[in-house]
Amino acid sequence: MKIQVLGTGCSKCNQLMSRTVNAVNELGLDIEVEKVSDINEIVAFGIMTIPALVVDGKVLVRGNVPKLDDLKELITKG
Amino acid sequence: MLKVFKWLADIIVYNWLKMEEASRWAGALHFFIEDITKIFFLLVIMIYVIGLLRATLNTERIRIFLQGKSRFFGYFLGAGFGAVTPFCSCSSIPLFLGFTQARIPIGITMSFLITSPVINEVAVVLLGGLLGVKFMIIYIGIGILVGVIGGIFIDAIKAERFLMPIAESMRSSETVMPDTENSQPKKMTFKKRHAFAKGELNEILGRVWKWVFIGVGLGAFLHGFVPEEFIVNNLGSGQWWSVPVAVLLGIPLYSNASGMIPIAETLLAKGLPVGTTLAFMMSTVAASFPEFVILKQVMKPKLLVIFFAMLLVMFTFVGLVLNVIPF
Repeated sequence: MKIQVLGTGCSKCNQLMSRTVNAVNELGLDIEVEKVSDINEIVAFGIMTIPALVVDGKVLVRGNVPKLDDLKELITKG
Repeated sequence: MLKVFKWLADIIVYNWLKMEEASRWAGALHFFIEDITKIFFLLVIMIYVIGLLRATLNTERIRIFLQGKSRFFGYFLGAGFGAVTPFCSCSSIPLFLGFTQARIPIGITMSFLITSPVINEVAVVLLGGLLGVKFMIIYIGIGILVGVIGGIFIDAIKAERFLMPIAESMRSSETVMPDTENSQPKKMTFKKRHAFAKGELNEILGRVWKWVFIGVGLGAFLHGFVPEEFIVNNLGSGQWWSVPVAVLLGIPLYSNASGMIPIAETLLAKGLPVGTTLAFMMSTVAASFPEFVILKQVMKPKLLVIFFAMLLVMFTFVGLVLNVIPF
């Protein structure tokens, strides 16, 4: 599984990043969460609101920071 | 209905604290209590209700909608969507690039970006609640008009010449890929809408509460301690220069609408002309240094200067015009 957090470094982006890392850890997954901050790459995902969470190329979250439990569910169920 | 908050402030200030009605401190405290309680009441209810309605709206769908629309309507639609779409300024750049990539003219994108910070649910609710419906309608109308004219102007000067290479490459890239899968209107259960609205409420209140306190605090201070004659004599409509000065002052004073409106309320009550007040408010919320820094990533310095100068001229003009219209 590949997990990416897209964001340019605003506070909400950092929030989503750290929460995603927490979620991954709590789920006991051995995955490194990749941070995508290059604006070209972000736009290439076809999104316009950040932060965003991408799991296996699929945009699951955009423009908001879900709660930890919701993030865990999103990561496991897709 | 909103009288409740005045009664509440009456009871606390005059009955419980037994403060003298004419004293300055009583006036300031009364203003503070009435406004703080009223604002938070309005914000909680309205953000939640709007959140319920807005749960299915997203910018990707707006982009598809704006794509290929005729120019003239495009500006109005851009500004209109800017008014109803929530978006955090950190999304300005992806949004700008996303619109550009979809070959939406830069002017229409700018209409969106100008109107978006000026009009939002918080501003509208507070304006209606504190200053009245008439003022609210004027504010919304001007916010949209400024966005439309700004957009037309940006296209008229062919501003795409002044974009940074990254934005330029978006315009010429062939890979227009609207995210169709996620752009379909989603069916939502009420439970999901409720969760979304609750999230919005937490997020927005978490962001604006301190502005509300600062704004109401300053408003209360002005209300209690700055004499009316001072404002009327020094900043009344007779002094035309007070409008551009108010607009210039508004730039470093970066705030959002929630902090601005209680201050505007007091200033208006103290006799500051409507036009000057509105020009000051709009400049404070729409033109700011953080915005400047963000837009620097996609605009060349020349365009940035033109953009901000354009905002200043428009706000000043609006202020001057409204000052001579009797309300």
